Amino acid sequence: MTSPLTRVRRPFASAEQEAAGDPTPTAWISLLVRRPLWRSVVLVLLLILIPLVITGATFTTIAVYCLMYMGIATAWNSFSGFSGYVSLGHAVFFGVGAYTMALLSTHWNMSGGLSMFALLPLAGVIAALIAIPYGYVALRTRRHTFVVITIAFFFIFQLLAFNLSFTGGSAGVVLPNGQFSAADYNDPFYYACLVVLVLTVAVAAGIRRSRFGLQLFAIRDDEDRARSLGVKVNRVKITSFAVSAVPVAMMGAVWAFFIGQIYPQFAFNPALDVTIALMAFIGGFGTIIGPLLGALVLEALQRYLNLYLANADLYLVIYGLLFLVVISFLPEGILPSIAGRLRQRRLRSQNSTTVSTQESR
Amino acid sequence: MTDVLLEVRGLHRSFGGVKALAGCTLDVIEGKINGLIGPNGSGKTTMFNIITGYERCDEGDVLYRGSSIRNRTPEAIFALGIGRTFQLTRIFGRLSVLDNMLVATQRNEVWLRSMLRPTGSASERAHAMELLDFVGLARLSGELAGSLSYGQRKLLELAYVLVADPQLILLDEPAGGVNPSLINQLSGKIAELNQQGTTFLVIEHNMEFVMGLCHAVTVMSYGCVIAAGTPEVVRADPKVLDAYLGGTEEDEDES
Repeated sequence: MTSPLTRVRRPFASAEQEAAGDPTPTAWISLLVRRPLWRSVVLVLLLILIPLVITGATFTTIAVYCLMYMGIATAWNSFSGFSGYVSLGHAVFFGVGAYTMALLSTHWNMSGGLSMFALLPLAGVIAALIAIPYGYVALRTRRHTFVVITIAFFFIFQLLAFNLSFTGGSAGVVLPNGQFSAADYNDPFYYACLVVLVLTVAVAAGIRRSRFGLQLFAIRDDEDRARSLGVKVNRVKITSFAVSAVPVAMMGAVWAFFIGQIYPQFAFNPALDVTIALMAFIGGFGTIIGPLLGALVLEALQRYLNLYLANADLYLVIYGLLFLVVISFLPEGILPSIAGRLRQRRLRSQNSTTVSTQESR
Repeated sequence: MTDVLLEVRGLHRSFGGVKALAGCTLDVIEGKINGLIGPNGSGKTTMFNIITGYERCDEGDVLYRGSSIRNRTPEAIFALGIGRTFQLTRIFGRLSVLDNMLVATQRNEVWLRSMLRPTGSASERAHAMELLDFVGLARLSGELAGSLSYGQRKLLELAYVLVADPQLILLDEPAGGVNPSLINQLSGKIAELNQQGTTFLVIEHNMEFVMGLCHAVTVMSYGCVIAAGTPEVVRADPKVLDAYLGGTEEDEDES
């Protein structure tokens, strides 16, 4: 179920060789490809431009959902992928975010418009506050038990949304209208999702290379061993759980505003739990780009199928098939498997040409 | 001369009807290599687990430098300067060897600050590489720890316990399943560290290893300590021969 993380920093003989080998015009392109920061800046610029170029409402709607799920999958992965604790209860935070947005905006009689997005951080904070006791209880268990406990928590929250007096019950909550022009109604949501997504990816990438991240990886590989090396595992796990709740809740809040009216069964949607886990897993558990790729592919696929084949459940069949293919041929997820194969090939070619003495860092 | 670093006082621990420990008392002398031997199932590893906080004891006390460390968490025990290895070697298989080493440098990390700081400062990395060099794994620092051989994992485990510079190291069968030349290497490293002032408590079945290395040996059987003293004394003790060989009259006559 889990995949090896390609954290190995190999002595790159190739980097210097290539730099010496081709100093020509292609150098800056290869630099762009090799430097993750540059690459992501270019990507973000492209993402900013997309809705200005392609303005069709169908496309931008799908784009909003893609960005939303990319953020959620990345956040989920920054907890589950890094720590190895597979959570099927992150939809709780999505629902909490959605309800925070809905209830606060109606309670404060907000009139829609851009000011609604000011509630996003609040949704994140509330989700994080809920995540602390939730994590405190759920994280006392491990592996399969943890999965079951998170599912149980999810249904508790769904029931609460149905039954608490202030949630509007099964009638749901109607949010203030967006007040955006019809022509580019989706754009504010697109950019809101993009901002949350960029922040989420930045935080996840930061965690991945931080001390905190190393502690999480140590927990994933052997929690007890990590404890006897002084890693304060409970604190690390709960912190990671709470941090991963924030973007999910913010996306939930955007979603609530986007669709305008929320119901308990859709705000607290069990399919979301499975979907985000699948997205992260198909792309590459524990990597940064994996969940982004997985969410992009699956979410876009689902939305297009819904639209053009007019069959609401066909995507489940496609999901199943895709999952089977990935499990059978790329068992560690798409990215880690391909990276592993490339690495093997490179090692093989290195070995065949020269027996290089590897300098240790 | 003989300062007691760690005292185990009348430790009891039962698993259901099985008494794993029935009133164990043990002294770990500072600056020495202390051996702990006994037949399988005599409670050695249970004692390790209680000392290092993995299991709770039913009765008794564990004193480290005179103060009780009973029922603390493993993290807290490690912070006090007690490191341990496991019988079945436990490493972080999907991290590189160097990252394995860096895990132990995280212990003093301030809670949220650890999110902002990148793993391993230059000095931490240098220290980790030094220790890897010490156990002879430096050239493998970039490899995944999961790709190491069993003996190399033992060495890696020893190395990352050393990162935090503990005063007391508990080794659970360091020589188990390790080839003879590596055993010599391992005992050499232990002796070297001991000379620099580290105290050891070693569980081991390899008698040659124990008798050659340890300054003091404690023998356990059925959850009780049945003998303690220098290797020579222990080796000659009839009760020890009893426990190991199943006790025939001849053994007792010989002694």
